[in-house]
Amino acid sequence: MIEIRVDGQPIAVCPGANLLEACLAAGIYIPHLCHLPGLPAAASCRLCFVALGDRPDPVPACTVAVQPGLEVLTDTPAVRRLQRSALELLLSAHTIDCRRCPANRRCALQRIARFLKVPLKRPDLPPLDPPGGPPGTGGELVVDPSHCVLCGRCVRTCRRLHGHSRLTFAGRGQRTVVTDWVETGPAIRCTDCGACIEVCPVGAIRLAPGANDPES
Amino acid sequence: MTEAPSIRTLDRLRAAAQAACRARRPEGQPVVRVGLATCGIAAGALDTAEAFRKAIAEAGIDARVETTGCRGHCYAEPLVVIDHPASGFPPILYPEVTPGKAGMLTRFFLGEGDPRFEHMLGATVANELIPSVLEFGRFNREQRLVMDRCGRLDPQSIDDYLADGGYGALARVLAGSPQAVVAAVGAAGLRGRGGAGFPTGRKWELAAAGSAPLRYVVCNADEGDPGAYMDRTLIESNPHQLLEGLAICAYAVGACQAIIYVRAEYPLAVKTLESAIAAAEARGLLGPEVLGTAFAIQVSLFQGSGAFVCGEETALLRSVAGFRGTPTHRPPYPAQKGLGGHPTVIDNVKTLATIPVIVERGAEAFRAVGTPDSPGTAIFSVVGDVVHPGLVEIPMGVTLRELIFDICGGVPGKKRFKAVQIGGPSGGCLPADLLDTPVDFDALSEAGAMMGSGGLVVMDEHTCMVDVARYFLEFTRNESCGKCTFCRLGTCHMLAILERICRGQGRMEDLERLERLARDVRDGSLCGLGRTAPNPVLTTLRYFRDEYEAHVVDQRCPGLSCRPLTAFYIDLEKCARGCDACVGCCPVDAVFTTRTRKKGIDQSLCVKCGECMVACPPEYDAVRRISPAHLAPVIERPPAAEAKT
Ligand SMILES: Cc1cc2nc3c(=O)[nH]c(=O)nc-3n(C[C@H](O)[C@H](O)[C@H](O)COP(=O)(O)O)c2cc1C
Ligand code: FES
Repeated sequence: MIEIRVDGQPIAVCPGANLLEACLAAGIYIPHLCHLPGLPAAASCRLCFVALGDRPDPVPACTVAVQPGLEVLTDTPAVRRLQRSALELLLSAHTIDCRRCPANRRCALQRIARFLKVPLKRPDLPPLDPPGGPPGTGGELVVDPSHCVLCGRCVRTCRRLHGHSRLTFAGRGQRTVVTDWVETGPAIRCTDCGACIEVCPVGAIRLAPGANDPES
Repeated sequence: MTEAPSIRTLDRLRAAAQAACRARRPEGQPVVRVGLATCGIAAGALDTAEAFRKAIAEAGIDARVETTGCRGHCYAEPLVVIDHPASGFPPILYPEVTPGKAGMLTRFFLGEGDPRFEHMLGATVANELIPSVLEFGRFNREQRLVMDRCGRLDPQSIDDYLADGGYGALARVLAGSPQAVVAAVGAAGLRGRGGAGFPTGRKWELAAAGSAPLRYVVCNADEGDPGAYMDRTLIESNPHQLLEGLAICAYAVGACQAIIYVRAEYPLAVKTLESAIAAAEARGLLGPEVLGTAFAIQVSLFQGSGAFVCGEETALLRSVAGFRGTPTHRPPYPAQKGLGGHPTVIDNVKTLATIPVIVERGAEAFRAVGTPDSPGTAIFSVVGDVVHPGLVEIPMGVTLRELIFDICGGVPGKKRFKAVQIGGPSGGCLPADLLDTPVDFDALSEAGAMMGSGGLVVMDEHTCMVDVARYFLEFTRNESCGKCTFCRLGTCHMLAILERICRGQGRMEDLERLERLARDVRDGSLCGLGRTAPNPVLTTLRYFRDEYEAHVVDQRCPGLSCRPLTAFYIDLEKCARGCDACVGCCPVDAVFTTRTRKKGIDQSLCVKCGECMVACPPEYDAVRRISPAHLAPVIERPPAAEAKT
């Protein structure tokens, strides 16, 4: 074990451990959406910023392997500025209708917003239209682009469990969606394991109506 | 000391190449050299070449037509050099040679020995008979280190390149140790020409370190910046210099596989490279046992399908591996962990094409050109409001003023210079006060712009800087891969604000919000695309804030370019009675005849296309554009009945 200091507090970690995982395990919360323990960092949600030592620019904690003597600050103005900004951007592309959302109260966005003291509805960033309907759907899984935060956890989880992923990214830029792609390539069977639904931080994935119906 | 096997082998190849060149080119036979790179072809050079061939055959003249690449003088394409030794004149450069001109030059110059001075640009060499092009700033201020052979050699002929001394650097390198090459490149201080300016020697050192079983070299020829085409030109005009650099790099870092990532939208470059690789393999300059040594290098092409972000090195590697072209977090850098987890050197076309020059001339001589921190030359594609656009190779450290005014002829049409945008869509816009900034990596970054891959857009006073920022941001918004939050969504919001300002619906808070968003996207994005996308916004806010404020506060577009904020009107003092030029061209019938039989514009119908301004005869020059729109004088349209009488 080695020692690092997070916000001045010493914590003991395994050498080379992932900084985000180490902090979370030590009870130090850092907002995060896209990281999956044990997989290489996607570093795409841009929420888990921390400041390291005397380096002025915040870096995503999920991309850092700890080293002895590492000094980490989780609450500098620069860190908070980027985290709030990233969250506000994500919220501007997310349909906010929490009361009717199945993920209400266990939604990662709600938790992060509370932690960062960011109101869920921001008048100054007008909501963006969600990307149009996902192309090439037709499978058992439905991903709602107006809720999806494109963290990619579902895609990577499916690939980790089954060697290939049933869900995939399609489109690009603001029109990127996660979709159940069954129209091309060798059909990859969905095993109904439900892992993708479980790892979704915002409740954007559900089974299509009748998907579990043996008749269909 | 006996010569190294690589040098002996090369000497043999070179002698054979020289013999082949001599056989192809009878002594004293006149030759017409037509530039047939994409820029020439777009200007009609294929027809020109064909016209020369036909005219020569018809007249039964003993002459040959050869193809070369691009000389960088794109304003003068199709560009032709005629070398007619028997006429007593030096080789002469002719601009804008249409098929008609080709017939005429064949008859007069090739046939009768009269070079038709009125059509030429000048002689290509200094001489006593006719003025040489080397007397013009556009030619003599350049320093062609890397592009020296572009436009001189036939890109399809490996013999030309060998006979001109080509592959000498590779032979020399193979006679020494790989470490010596890395050291020489490091000592030369070469910095990557793909944008970031990372020291190439350090990158190679990193990749060569340790004992990896497999290493790769990738040449980045994705060149996605709109308006930039130096990599394409280098490939199309002199592919073997790139291949030589690639092979040297592979030898230096211990790679035996090289990939050239070239965009599929460059069909001629792809074809040129394919045949160049085949020719080099046939001579044993690539493939197994290069130049008779144990060194082996297999070069393959990978065609990218034109996503700007795939030029980013980590996205490029994903794309090569067959995945979505999305970037990944660095570190690890590709030089440590690239393709398939193996060390991979990714270098730009210009960087690799510079390597043979460094080996040939030595690190010291290379360092003597340019500035201490940015040695060597920079290749810019200068476009926009400038008299002589095209490719320019200059020593680093030349100022923007020299580049734009002395070399490229400045802004045409008595207009004033307003700004220059450097570094492609994610570079910055610099104002006239910063024209004395030297062109080098550090000075440009300090000013908020960047070297980028060398795109340079000159803008005159009729450019709206808000609209420029909007334009470039629209490009980056569309090219964002969508992976990370800041780039995917931040660019959308920034663009929405800019569009609002251009429509005259911006508020002062918008400027603050825009600046904040721009900073967050710059600092928070995953890859270089998002990190640099805000540059046009940040630099225009920094240097042209007054233009933003004019849009927001006065609804005024100082560049007279944003349509909703401008209006066209006709100056009745200047308008000529009875002239109908503007009436006919108006697509929406907004132009009417006044009681005094002059013209007026119905502002409620006008779509501000500006056609009337173009159509108005220059002697009247009566159409004006004004901003804010409400300042346009109101001219009453006479009642319909009265107008008819
Ligand atoms: C959005 C983006 C686009 C890029 N496009 C190119 C390109 O078209 N060609 C290129 O050589 N480098 C491009 N780069 C830079 C590469 O990531 C990389 O730095 C370069 O190829 C390294 O080569 P060098 O060291 O020779 O400059 C791009 C970078 C970014 C962030
Ligand atoms: S968890 Fe680190 S960037 Fe998403």
